[in-house]
Amino acid sequence: MSELDLIAPRADEAAEPAALDQAHRSLWSDVRRQFLRHPGALVGMIVLAAIVLIVLAGPYLWTVSPDRINPRIANRGMSLDHPLGTDNLGRDLFAQVMAGGRVSLAVGISAMLIAVTLGTTIGVLAGFFRRLDGILMRMTELFLALPILPLLLVIILLFRDVLRDLFGPSAGIFLLIVFVIGITSWMQTARVVRAEVLGVKERDFVLAARSIGARPYKIIFRHILPNVLSPIMVSGTLGVASAIIIESALSFLGLGFPPDFPTWGRLLYDGANYMTLNPSRVIWPGLAISLTVLSVNFIGDGLRDALDPRLRS
Amino acid sequence: MLRYTLRRLLLAIPTLLVISFVIFALLDLAPNDPTANLPTTIPPEVREQIRLSLGLGEPFLIRYLKWLYQFFVNEPLNLLQSAFGIEIGDASERLRLRSWTTRSPIVDLIVERAPQTLTVVGLGYLTGILIALPIGIISAYRKYSWFDQIGTLVSMIGFSVPTFFTGLLLIIIFSVNLNWLPSIYDTSLRVTDWGSFTAQLKQMAMPVAVLGLYNAAQISRFMRASMLENFGQDYVRTARAKGMSEHVVIFVHVLRNSLIPVVTVIALGVPQVFGGAIITEQIFRINGLGELLISGIQSADIPLVQTLTFIFAVLIVTFNLIADILYGILDPRIRYE
Repeated sequence: MSELDLIAPRADEAAEPAALDQAHRSLWSDVRRQFLRHPGALVGMIVLAAIVLIVLAGPYLWTVSPDRINPRIANRGMSLDHPLGTDNLGRDLFAQVMAGGRVSLAVGISAMLIAVTLGTTIGVLAGFFRRLDGILMRMTELFLALPILPLLLVIILLFRDVLRDLFGPSAGIFLLIVFVIGITSWMQTARVVRAEVLGVKERDFVLAARSIGARPYKIIFRHILPNVLSPIMVSGTLGVASAIIIESALSFLGLGFPPDFPTWGRLLYDGANYMTLNPSRVIWPGLAISLTVLSVNFIGDGLRDALDPRLRS
Repeated sequence: MLRYTLRRLLLAIPTLLVISFVIFALLDLAPNDPTANLPTTIPPEVREQIRLSLGLGEPFLIRYLKWLYQFFVNEPLNLLQSAFGIEIGDASERLRLRSWTTRSPIVDLIVERAPQTLTVVGLGYLTGILIALPIGIISAYRKYSWFDQIGTLVSMIGFSVPTFFTGLLLIIIFSVNLNWLPSIYDTSLRVTDWGSFTAQLKQMAMPVAVLGLYNAAQISRFMRASMLENFGQDYVRTARAKGMSEHVVIFVHVLRNSLIPVVTVIALGVPQVFGGAIITEQIFRINGLGELLISGIQSADIPLVQTLTFIFAVLIVTFNLIADILYGILDPRIRYE
């Protein structure tokens, strides 16, 4: 931290006698205040927290198994026994939506982590080392020119069985989907991070660090990364939303998760065939996807505004 | 400008070659046997012959080069011949890209499917643009008004709710409950009189609405941001100061300048719309290009999938190029070289 202190005066040092009555403000308390002032971000945060809570804690309270088949109560509408109704095999939809949500959220978060790690690494390398810039950016442009959705479908179709044999039916498809979404959605992060790194790299504190003989990796981890954290956080947040959408789109096209391993997209795909009979099978999973993505996007929007010092009031 | 265009065109060639290689290699090297779906009663020798007849006997690189030759030389020549009757070389000897499942030339399949995709997707995109531009203009002009607040919220929703959910929702409302619109797109319908025309309008309403809403949400955000950026510029103040009417300021000065980045965004969005059509076509059972791709993937029709995926890549590269060149033409501040 000692190098950072040279350029960023500590909050207590900055608090001149005239400003003593004000509580001291750090970067993150500023960001938090700004974030909470954004109505969309606040509502998004509450809705997302509610969804995550229901999906994670719900199965302990609502102990009906999502795959217990009971044909006598098939295709029921909403009732006290089955709050969201049942499917064509009499499985409880509420339990299924909660189970699907766990997988969908897990896919969204893990795919985002892969994409952000990859994007940050490539962005930092391209921005920091001039020799790597050309080749890495050409690669990024090449990836941006790939038709992602068709390619994802093809990859999943071709490698599904291999991975299923290797890691078992559910883990195999999970790893495959998370991996392919991750390696096809890092490009925007890489571009934004590279642009930020190019700016930060020329700042005086990096020069200072360089002049006292700090090694490149030290400069990257100590000085560059903390300063490009905001765009990474924003693109990570938005990345969760897009990963959830891509996963449900794949499942909706029948090439995602298998029917016995429900995600929101898969439930929607299965429900679409029974739409006329039981519209709630489409509405609830669809609503779950939409609300999650909407609240994540709002949070990303609020985060972007909060982290941008030019917009701070 | 011309030099820049030429250089970009030349640069597009290696990009496309690399992409075509990636797509071809990915599909070709994957563990997948085209004869796996055939009945098990077929003896291994026959199976081997089938594989040879599908062109699988040759080494990987030869197959790739052959595919490339067929895609870039044979098929364009064929198109030229069928469109204008110009015959170059011997057409009957020419090897064509053929689908494994239907054994018909892939280009013929594409020509057969393209009109459905183009009408629905094209109209959807056009509707989206026509909705988005006025919304973006009004939102920016009356920043933070109730119109802007609602517009921003609606565009956020339109941007976040996936098209496969809006599509199904529309079907539930308008087909299942109200019974106004058909949920399945009938491609055999020919518009001959007023009745078939309204039928065509009815079956296109929902897919066009789904695509239109989604695209409008994205474009209106860009339009608003671009207008806002221009409203803060000095030339707007100058225009107002010399007594221009608000009308002239908005539509002559600000709008023209704001449209520059929006036009490029619209051009960049075209290939994505084709990609998005894969989902929309699946919802409304439109037998367009997206449906062709999905059925090809499901039946493991490797050449069909390779060709279609590569065409999507060509679209992306082409429209990226168009967007960059448009930007250079429209914005005199941008000088390439």
